[in-house]
Amino acid sequence: MLFYILRRLIAVVIMLIITSIATFLLFFAAPEDPARLTCGKNCTPATIEGNRKALGYDKPLPVQYGKFVTGIFAGRDYPDDPALRAAAPELVVHCPAPCLGYSRVDNEPVLDIIKSGLPISASIALAGFVLWITTGVLGGIVAALTRGRWPDRVIVGIALIGFSLPTFFIGLLLLVFVAIKWQLVPVPSYVAFTDNPAEWARNLVLPAITIAAVYAASYVRLTRAYMLETMSEDYIRTARSKGVREWKVIGRHGLRAALTPIVTAAGLDLGGLLGGAIITETVFTFPGLGYTAVKAVTDFDLPLIVGIVITAAFFIIFANLVVDVLYGVIDPRVRLA
Amino acid sequence: MRAAAGMAVSPVQIEGPAGDAFLTVKDLRVHFPTDDGVVKAVDGLSFALRKGKTVGIVGESGSGKSVTSQAILGLHRKTRARVSGEIWLDGENLLEASDDHLRDLRGSKMAMIFQDPLSALHPYYTIGAQIVEGVRTHRSGVNKADARKRALEMLDLVGIPNPAKRIDQYPHEFSGGMRQRAMIAMALVNDPPLLIADEPTTALDVTVQAQILDLMRTLQKEFGAAIIMITHDLGVVAEMADDVLVMYAGRVVEQGAVNNLFAEPEDPYTWGLLTSMPRLDRTRQARLTPVPGNPPSLIHLPQGCKFHPRCRFTSEVPGDRCRTEEPELIPTLSGSLARCHIAPPRRAEIYQTVVKPSLQPEEHA
Repeated sequence: MLFYILRRLIAVVIMLIITSIATFLLFFAAPEDPARLTCGKNCTPATIEGNRKALGYDKPLPVQYGKFVTGIFAGRDYPDDPALRAAAPELVVHCPAPCLGYSRVDNEPVLDIIKSGLPISASIALAGFVLWITTGVLGGIVAALTRGRWPDRVIVGIALIGFSLPTFFIGLLLLVFVAIKWQLVPVPSYVAFTDNPAEWARNLVLPAITIAAVYAASYVRLTRAYMLETMSEDYIRTARSKGVREWKVIGRHGLRAALTPIVTAAGLDLGGLLGGAIITETVFTFPGLGYTAVKAVTDFDLPLIVGIVITAAFFIIFANLVVDVLYGVIDPRVRLA
Repeated sequence: MRAAAGMAVSPVQIEGPAGDAFLTVKDLRVHFPTDDGVVKAVDGLSFALRKGKTVGIVGESGSGKSVTSQAILGLHRKTRARVSGEIWLDGENLLEASDDHLRDLRGSKMAMIFQDPLSALHPYYTIGAQIVEGVRTHRSGVNKADARKRALEMLDLVGIPNPAKRIDQYPHEFSGGMRQRAMIAMALVNDPPLLIADEPTTALDVTVQAQILDLMRTLQKEFGAAIIMITHDLGVVAEMADDVLVMYAGRVVEQGAVNNLFAEPEDPYTWGLLTSMPRLDRTRQARLTPVPGNPPSLIHLPQGCKFHPRCRFTSEVPGDRCRTEEPELIPTLSGSLARCHIAPPRRAEIYQTVVKPSLQPEEHA
């Protein structure tokens, strides 16, 4: 088991390296000159060349990638010029390890920007996750147990609507009616959990519902399908023949077996969301990773784009690992070797 | 004695449970309404079973064997199945019992052994946990440690070696025969006086089959349980049962004490089952004679005798009776019951001259 996890962790590192190289190459495949993008309206060829040198864009690609990687482990200076640093330290910007790059647009290390966005994305993802798992799985179970009768029809119908509506539409609908017209909740703006937990929760209600609407719909369908499958298994009949109470048959025997694929999907979805919920964050102007990513793309803030992509990739790859390990815990037939 | 047991299964009976029988099933019907019509899975089944005795129910797939056993346990959903008739277990009619009371009887007063124990055992729980669940469902006062002790005892009783280690293993870590033993241990854990075994040896290889049957016989002697043995294997019935019911298309076609029925079977369908069975003592040149055709659809049953489209002997009956009139289940010369229009003396003659010779080993081989 430990050996398995260790091996998977090595695979995680390899995948992260590949992702970073790929995004790094994409960075330079863009038709824009990265150095030109670093200076605003009052640009002269001299400043462009100065910035190019300062940011290291004049070096060959492999050297730049090498500097990027050393930056992650040891930090780096812009410009990377020990002589200048010694002579005039105020002209040198230090990006401490782990340095994912430096955003010229915000004049801030990329990591700091990600650090400020991550709690916001994580809050939305977790609040949404709790909401969609409870409603989706419960709805799916009820639908499966009442198959073909009206509760099933109603739940599946609502799920279909939730599934068909685009996220931005649900988000805007909630914003306009619940927050602005009926004023049931304030127009959401992010409050840090550490500042005020109650406000944090209140402001998260609408974004969480928005995220959950779409995911809950697909979890209703997923849970319903797997519950129907397991409830027709022979071991369910065995449990009933032992005289086990029906709710225990459903929970302990049926749901337990249907849980494996649900946990898989939930882990991967949560991992994906930690990297930012682009549409939800944009609709509610929550400055999470998704919102920041959109802004970075419109500003052509390439170091920031690379940083966010790598962060998002890390969460997805890590979620994969967690799901695989959970698999062995849930299903005793899966031997991890 | 045998003949008396045969008569006790007669469908013509007085109200209430029959005599000293532990289980009496009377005119049991299980119908499933579907979009295409009503599936008459079991249509008028009656038998009685005393403690310590075994009744075998034989028939092809879809003849209503398993549906019968699940009706006795009350496992059919009221929304899907219409169950009628009477099922008397130890003096109470199960078809009038509440769901909760039935649930209470399941696992304590009647238990079931399923075929294919790999799919009938829950893959995510250890064997021990599944047996313990059975104990604690019915004896709320028993704590976990005592229930586990009981599970260990049962695993030991059914001949699982090293039960202390095996109790914490999962079904997939057991071999087929061991899984079936564990299944039996699970069914017997609350000493149920009625045990229903639904094809308990079908998924097992023959040497293991014999061991399992042996085990069931020993346990029956020890606990005095009544056993319903559902199978399509006539060999298993001959080995285990006191009485036999041969089912076809949801009906009993022949019913009686096992010795009578196998010595002088009277129904053409029973003959078909016997001649289609491979035997070691027959020469290889002798061909098996399968029953021609397929079992009928349970929605559109044929008119008249349900077996007539596949019967080789319809010409023995004058006129069109086989096609127009369904025969009654009536007593035969040997003391069993059979459902056939052919006159009883003629049936005995056909069996002796046509059917029996093909069952004998050929001397000159």
